[in-house]
Amino acid sequence: MSVAALKRSGGFPRPRRSGRDVARLPPHELFGVALQGLRTRKLRAALSALGIAIGIGAMVAVVGVSASSQANLLSTIDSLGTNLLTVSPGTTFFGSNEVLPNTAVPMIRAMKNVQLVSGVYSVPNANVFRTPFVPSEETGGIGVDATDPELVKAMNSSVASGHFFNAASENEPTVVLGAAAAADLQITRATGHVQLFVGGTWFTVIGILNSMTLDTTLDDNVFIGLPVAERLFQVQNSPSEIYVRANVNDVSSVSNLLAATADPQNADGVDVSQPSDVLEARAAAKGQFTSLLLGLGAVALLVGAIGIANIMVISVLERRGEIGLRRALGATRRHISSQFLAESALLAVIGGVAGLVFGAIATWVYSISKNEPWVVPVYALIAAPAAGFVIGTVAGLYPAAKAARLSPTEALRST
Amino acid sequence: MSAEPANAVALELRDVVKEYTGGVQALRRVSVDIATGDSVAVVGPSGSGKTTMLTILGTLERATSGYVQVAGRDIVKASDSDLAGLRAFEIGFVFQGFHLQDSMTALDNVANGMLYTGAPLRERRASAKLALDRVGLEHRTTHRPQQLSGGEKQRVAIARAIAKNPTIILADEPTGNLDSKSGESVLELLHQLAAEGATLTLITHDEHVAETFPRRIQMRDGEIVGDARP
Repeated sequence: MSVAALKRSGGFPRPRRSGRDVARLPPHELFGVALQGLRTRKLRAALSALGIAIGIGAMVAVVGVSASSQANLLSTIDSLGTNLLTVSPGTTFFGSNEVLPNTAVPMIRAMKNVQLVSGVYSVPNANVFRTPFVPSEETGGIGVDATDPELVKAMNSSVASGHFFNAASENEPTVVLGAAAAADLQITRATGHVQLFVGGTWFTVIGILNSMTLDTTLDDNVFIGLPVAERLFQVQNSPSEIYVRANVNDVSSVSNLLAATADPQNADGVDVSQPSDVLEARAAAKGQFTSLLLGLGAVALLVGAIGIANIMVISVLERRGEIGLRRALGATRRHISSQFLAESALLAVIGGVAGLVFGAIATWVYSISKNEPWVVPVYALIAAPAAGFVIGTVAGLYPAAKAARLSPTEALRST
Repeated sequence: MSAEPANAVALELRDVVKEYTGGVQALRRVSVDIATGDSVAVVGPSGSGKTTMLTILGTLERATSGYVQVAGRDIVKASDSDLAGLRAFEIGFVFQGFHLQDSMTALDNVANGMLYTGAPLRERRASAKLALDRVGLEHRTTHRPQQLSGGEKQRVAIARAIAKNPTIILADEPTGNLDSKSGESVLELLHQLAAEGATLTLITHDEHVAETFPRRIQMRDGEIVGDARP
């Protein structure tokens, strides 16, 4: 069929024409052209995408690992219960400590929706030694607290060895060790045969506690019964800390009433807090990624970006003929530059997605090995390809501009 | 763009000078008219400015001075994107080096010739199919360039140039890389296409090729030194 005949029959479709013939390259065609460009040089594309993949993979792994640890910590906190409230004396306007009245614990215990109350009373000037022969200044930083049999239950902790006080033993010179204090004193088991010299009196070690995650400062202390403390050390019945377990659904209402209940005369002098909140905030802060590792990821990304820029520059030089041809076929300079930009961006987006997969797998392996939940933050799913896109676009700017500047005639003369 | 009236001037250069950086004058005040539907060979030794003339006619480069008109358009005043539009719709190029993409089939290479017209792929492929039929390669549509002979490659390149049905075909030494037999058949194909209405301008340094054209423009040192009309 001749061209003229085709024209007459209308069978040789001439592109649709408007008033002016404008060269166009719709976005989906641009994508096709970019994809074609990469598919033509698969190995090279794969290697340069790998640079980006390693960088983004490292960052996703850092973010994922810290998110997994954080999720683990939060689930631990949840399992310990978020219904624990602490009441402590505040500080006065002038900076000195307030004192909670000795009625605080029974008053709180009488409140509605309160399950458990445990008071801790510090025993001043009482130090703990293995024997009376240890020099008195070597206290090891171990404090002595008096408390009631409810403390372990209130803290949702448990006894590692031996047992905690009961109504009988709290009247006797017996001592229970916090986890850290026990480690400091090098006592690993409470057999009832170990004695400690506490504030000038021999106390029998009847228990060692596990760590009290909700308030780890208690781990450094040893505990004696309140009646013993009152008898031997003249402890004032004024709690330094009160731990309150509220009904789960009434935590905030109980919390609101606690200060006034603890000290009706001076509610402003009472601090009420919710340790799980504090811990969650701390966990969130801890979950912030290790900046060193992130920095390494950033360096890998930078190297990857330079790699892409380098490959694209080489590609432009090699493809002068193609560029000239495209210009001859009607591509504007802008079409050429967007083609190379799109190739570069696509390359890096592929790298970003691959990096996301690497990072997620690395996090998964880590979480399995640490027995933690596997968490890859949702934002990483968008951020990884988006970072690739931005990096690829920036890396492609120079090669794209170079490609657009090429003289088409010079390019076409090369055979 | 309105269709040109019959026998209008398809290509026109008026006192065109092309000077490259460094002061080399590739064209010195060249004036020439090529009527719509004409077949013209531009002959000259290398360095005579014939390729420069073709790239200016093909709007790939702008003249340093002078007036250029292509397909009824004043090229001097046109914007770069206007020129790209002109190339996309009106001008088909054929090169000595074919410039086919090895990663694509013959069909897609030809369809690519219409890429910048904005026509959808299905339409481009349909046109490409017809164009390949036209150049006698209907059995080669799924072959890749490396599976084709030199003559076949150039036919694919010609199909790419004509798929969009351009009014102007510009050919730069299209037989330069071919053996004499395939060269002849390619030349014959170009003549046939020209006979069907397109304006054909072909550059060659080969007198035998030029002799097959009714009109021959002789160039030397950037000037037209002869214009043999029928």
